[in-house]
Amino acid sequence: MATGTVAPQFTGVDFLDFDSLLGEEERAVRDTVRAWVDEHLMPVIGQAYIDGKFPRQLIPGMAELGLLGANLPEEYGCAGLNNVAYGLIMQELERGDSGIRSFASVQGALVMYPIYAFGSDEQKQKWLPLLASGQEIGCFGLTEPDFGSNPGGMITTARETADGWVLNGTKMWITNGSQATVSIIWAKTGDIAETKSIRGFIVPTDTKGYSARDQKGKLSLRASDTSEIHLQDVHLPKDAVLPRSGGIKSPLMCLTQARYGIAWGAIGAAMACYDEALRYAGNRVMFDRPIAQTQIQQVRLVDMLTEITKAQFMTLQLGRLKDAGTMTPEQVSICKRNNVDMATDCAREARRLLGANGILIEYHSMRHMANLESVYTYEGTHDMHSLIVGQAITGLAAF
Amino acid sequence: MKIAVCIKRVPDTELRFSIGSDGKSLDQAGLKYDLSDFDGYAVEVALRLVEQAGGGEVAVVCLGPDAVQETMRKAISMGADRGIHLRADTIPFDGLSVAHALAAELKDGGYDLVLFGRMATDSAAGVVGPMTAQLLGLPCVTAISHLDIADGRGTARRELEGVAEVTTFPLPAVLTIDEGIARARLPSLKGIMAAKKKPIETREAHLGEVRLTVESMALPPERTGGRIIGEGPDAVPELIRLLQTEAKVL
Repeated sequence: MATGTVAPQFTGVDFLDFDSLLGEEERAVRDTVRAWVDEHLMPVIGQAYIDGKFPRQLIPGMAELGLLGANLPEEYGCAGLNNVAYGLIMQELERGDSGIRSFASVQGALVMYPIYAFGSDEQKQKWLPLLASGQEIGCFGLTEPDFGSNPGGMITTARETADGWVLNGTKMWITNGSQATVSIIWAKTGDIAETKSIRGFIVPTDTKGYSARDQKGKLSLRASDTSEIHLQDVHLPKDAVLPRSGGIKSPLMCLTQARYGIAWGAIGAAMACYDEALRYAGNRVMFDRPIAQTQIQQVRLVDMLTEITKAQFMTLQLGRLKDAGTMTPEQVSICKRNNVDMATDCAREARRLLGANGILIEYHSMRHMANLESVYTYEGTHDMHSLIVGQAITGLAAF
Repeated sequence: MKIAVCIKRVPDTELRFSIGSDGKSLDQAGLKYDLSDFDGYAVEVALRLVEQAGGGEVAVVCLGPDAVQETMRKAISMGADRGIHLRADTIPFDGLSVAHALAAELKDGGYDLVLFGRMATDSAAGVVGPMTAQLLGLPCVTAISHLDIADGRGTARRELEGVAEVTTFPLPAVLTIDEGIARARLPSLKGIMAAKKKPIETREAHLGEVRLTVESMALPPERTGGRIIGEGPDAVPELIRLLQTEAKVL
């Protein structure tokens, strides 16, 4: 079965002249990544998804363009972009596939960001250029088999010894886990009931006692590595700890960065589905007319377009707040929650508009639909984000 | 190696466009602009020549309103060193007028090569390059598909109908670049950020007399559906009759 795409070039979704609110560099960055996705990702993504393999051959190209940690400073080999441009990168990558965007999110927001925010100067100088250039691939170990929405309950431990640290525990649902060469592991350094003792560690994955294995049987994010990590008496030197990390707040700060990218990424997935549905509706003839000329499909398309357009403006404002330094985690929650839910709806409606063809890998909507079920659940489930925003507006925690 | 690449900002051909109410220009609503495809290849060729030479300079030259600077930034973010913006309210349809403005800018620039795309993807005339060469008194090779430069001379290959032609020429020269020679590189994100710091000089364009104007534009007629006239050998006589009498192609 041919699984490459023959789709015409993607030209974006812009009903209310959203582009006029973007700066020249922001548009240029978006257009570059859009062209890269068309040229390099779209021809291989279908087969990668069917094979259940992350297309690793894309990593050098992503690094060369500067897609990894793109909003971190130039002194570490990064592009030094603002957060709107960074968001547009995520949008365009996820227009291709949520798994590819996840790879970039994890590398940039969950591995490079904590080293940048909590690391020593030596750690930053050593690791950030290697991660930006794709020579090292990172993963982020926070979630555990019994602690997903409640990461503060983690039972992974880091015991301080005379010459370093010893880590023990299990992490689960770790994106990039199997291909990572370095892992940011979060562990409790004190009492197991004490979330304040949580610290981050830089763990090269070839350290004795560290092992990762693929989680099999995924029906979603199939073009992305998802792994379980085991830490059995993993000895680390003293300088493996991220010195400025401390408490559950540190990994949650990383998640805020990643969720910000997801809010943008989901718009890209929704755009891909809308674009596919619109083109298909114009070409598919039934009862002697294109199905785009039927009221029911026009309503579907207009509903999708309306929700995408609303999400674009909401998320642009989130980006402007992030660049101004005033963005709050709750504001990220409301956008992640809205946009992923919106994208999931768009993907499902697009899949339905495509009829039987919509279940084939040649088309993209069902792949996005399946991917988005993971995106709906990871990085704070839809429900958890409801409770975070609920707490922000009522002052009452319901979790 | 000092190279000037003359580029044009053109409507993005991937987008649907319509004719404006004046009947002789494009409706600007929803129109987006980009670097003309062939000009992107020309920028790529220039960058490679400078990289191979181990040094030099690539300047991009663009004529038009202030908005063309965004297109120039794209070429600069690919790796060009600087831009020269020849400001004009509109880009005249008359290629000779544009060539006069370019030649006036380029004549004292000391360029080893002046590159153009084979043609702009909007007007598809392909005349500005050769006209500029004529005004500068330089040799010109058009529609180049392969290029080597060594010891002050160039060797260029051109793909003609059914045959390839190889020409040689001394530098300085004016060349127009065809597709197939090199894919235009994507600007890297660092390149985009660096482009902000590279200079674009702006000067008023000294356009020559504009003698050609567009009187009207029309979209091609909508294609009607195909017609099945029969099946198998029995249908051949009718097909031939229709090709002779209706389509008038035989």
